[in-house]
Amino acid sequence: MSMIETRTEPMVVNFGPHHPSMHGVLRLMVTLDGENVIDCEPVLGYLHRSMEKIAENRTVVQYLPYVTRWDYLATMFTEAITVNAPEKLADIPVPKRASYIRVIMLELSRIASHLLWLGPFLADIGAQTPFFYIFREREMIYDLFEAATGMRMMHNYFRIGGVAADLPYGWVDKCEDFCHYFLKKVDEYERLITDNPIFRKRVQGVGVLSREDAINWGMSGPMLRASGVKWDLRKVDHYECYDDFDWEVQWATDGDCFARYMVRVGEMRESAKIILQALKGLPGGPYENLEARRMAEGPKSEWNGFDYQFVSKKPSPTFKIPKGEHYVRVEAPKGELGVYIIGDDSPFPWRWKIRPPGFVNLQVLPQLVRGMKVADIMAILGSVDIIMGEVDR
Amino acid sequence: MSTGMDLQQSFVQWLEGLGLTPGVAKTLWMPLPMVAVLTFATLWALVATWLERKISAAVQQRIGPEYAGPLGMLIPLADVVKLLAKENVRPGKADRWLFTLGPVVVVMSVLLAYIIVPFGQHLVITDLGVGIFLWIALSSIAPIGLLMAGYGSNNKYSLLGGLRAAAQSISYEVPLALAVLAVAMMSNSLSTVDIVEQQTGYGILGWNVWRQPVGFVIFWIAALAECERLPFDLPEAEEELVAGYQTEYSAVNFMLFYAASYLNLVLSCLLVAVLYLGGWESPISIEALAAWLNLSLDNPLVQVIAAAIGITMVLIKAYFMLFLAILLRWTVPRVRIDQLLDLGWKFLLPVGLANLLITAALKLAFPAVFGG
Repeated sequence: MSMIETRTEPMVVNFGPHHPSMHGVLRLMVTLDGENVIDCEPVLGYLHRSMEKIAENRTVVQYLPYVTRWDYLATMFTEAITVNAPEKLADIPVPKRASYIRVIMLELSRIASHLLWLGPFLADIGAQTPFFYIFREREMIYDLFEAATGMRMMHNYFRIGGVAADLPYGWVDKCEDFCHYFLKKVDEYERLITDNPIFRKRVQGVGVLSREDAINWGMSGPMLRASGVKWDLRKVDHYECYDDFDWEVQWATDGDCFARYMVRVGEMRESAKIILQALKGLPGGPYENLEARRMAEGPKSEWNGFDYQFVSKKPSPTFKIPKGEHYVRVEAPKGELGVYIIGDDSPFPWRWKIRPPGFVNLQVLPQLVRGMKVADIMAILGSVDIIMGEVDR
Repeated sequence: MSTGMDLQQSFVQWLEGLGLTPGVAKTLWMPLPMVAVLTFATLWALVATWLERKISAAVQQRIGPEYAGPLGMLIPLADVVKLLAKENVRPGKADRWLFTLGPVVVVMSVLLAYIIVPFGQHLVITDLGVGIFLWIALSSIAPIGLLMAGYGSNNKYSLLGGLRAAAQSISYEVPLALAVLAVAMMSNSLSTVDIVEQQTGYGILGWNVWRQPVGFVIFWIAALAECERLPFDLPEAEEELVAGYQTEYSAVNFMLFYAASYLNLVLSCLLVAVLYLGGWESPISIEALAAWLNLSLDNPLVQVIAAAIGITMVLIKAYFMLFLAILLRWTVPRVRIDQLLDLGWKFLLPVGLANLLITAALKLAFPAVFGG
């Protein structure tokens, strides 16, 4: 049977850098046939700030205030990897208490990052209201950060061998209150979003990434776990003290935008669980007890022990990164955040290569949007969760 | 039978009493309803924009406008003033005529449709025999304006938005007409006044929403789609197409689009009230109340009160629907274009047809209840 065929000239449209739902300064050159996407090419480089080169001209302590600008929504992770890399290279021990504090901060940061993914993701598919709800909770996390570090967003809190300062009085209670409150709020999000038929229709079966493709493209984080790979560096690398806690890796098998949504929502709950356990098991307990007991018992107090310190030894500003090379990675909210470091026994790293999860996850975008509709570009891009700060660095 | 006030008759009689000829008196009457409609429709649209802010703020746990006037009520006026004061930019390579006429066509088609909305037996600009049909005809002009705007802007986002607007309007016009047709069949008339008349007398029980629940839902969905409200605001689709057909518009032209969109929403809500919620009829019928209070319906005071209640009732019902529309907008995400067309053609159209058939069957079976 012969069919009448209508043909239109493909239309090339630039989405971004000025487009309202293009995260940061990403530019997508999209070839459209009417509403259908034929092809898509991401163009990067509008934000390039020579992060790696600058790192090679700074000592670690000098560079630390700058690293929170990689992924400015999951700031603690950039600091963690910046101190972890030289720590691993120089084999510096971390006190148990410092490690617990780090885990609490990292997981709070993970919640904040996932929250600020959830709002824009839903805004991308047209629902504006959750955007305001997520800020309600995120502000509280930032209040906690402010109380502990003095800054809301760009903290400069991690140090080689520990953290910059111990938790202030009352912080542990405040954080615990937040976790209980937050778990209820996640339920609220789920009631509002998860079973909404329009939301389901917009995200289920959209942007499907198979297990093989996810592995072959080098995906990590929720992108990988939503495609059926139970790969979480917190479980795989056994770093910090994650093995002390009882928690599950969140994963799904569908590999579509909905699976990624479910994985992230699940991770927020798991993070809250980890924080609650870490607060409970914090070596030395809340700060006021520790300090009071240390004062009362004098210099021979067991609380003067190594594991109850917040930092192993105050790092010298001219700390020399020993000769050698190492690749160190942490499980950031967006995936594997790694640093490949080469030291040559000087205060400056000889090479500082950042492996940002967003950059790697973004590669797969053209494959995911090909053959979909215009509206799906936003849903898929939203579900990939990129931050241009770390993609372009 | 003629109950209620007839303002035109009174006005003409009053002028004739002053010594004018009937012709002059009628000519003097003619512009008044038009001005009234223009004023009130604009006022209602402004109220709608204010409500949109306040309700969305409540939904999002914000306060919303507060300082400009009590509860920020002057904000809509400030908007108008601001948009009037801004520079009206036309892109260099835009089509001059299409670009300029687009918003005008859209606003005119919506405003014209207000002439068939009745607020009482005689509180309507014209009681046309084809009233509701006229509205459907007029509302299909608006997408032409959107298409003109989208095509004339010389912008790819706008072009996509304009095409979406056309596709969407065409697909939802059909279920809308089918839903209205079922009502018209029950009322034996296309005139909006007759449609309301047919629902009067039994208070809340007589409203069409009980006899046409499916039609009511179809009409509401289709009306939302016609007004381009979320979840159906694809032609604008801020997150996808920046602002669709409005992308290149600024100042007055932008205001015209916005006014049209809110005027259209208010109009749709008014028509829901008229078609399904008994129009000016109050939940407890005025006739029953008057009889109970031993008052004659011809009593001038009763007539004035009845008219006031009628207008209030129409507005309350319309604004209740408007509240639902705003609440919906801030709750649900946006559908995709293919899902939108699927819903229109594959779901609403067959359901609308079935509803029409069932209504016809019921009309034959129970002529007393279904207006045989």
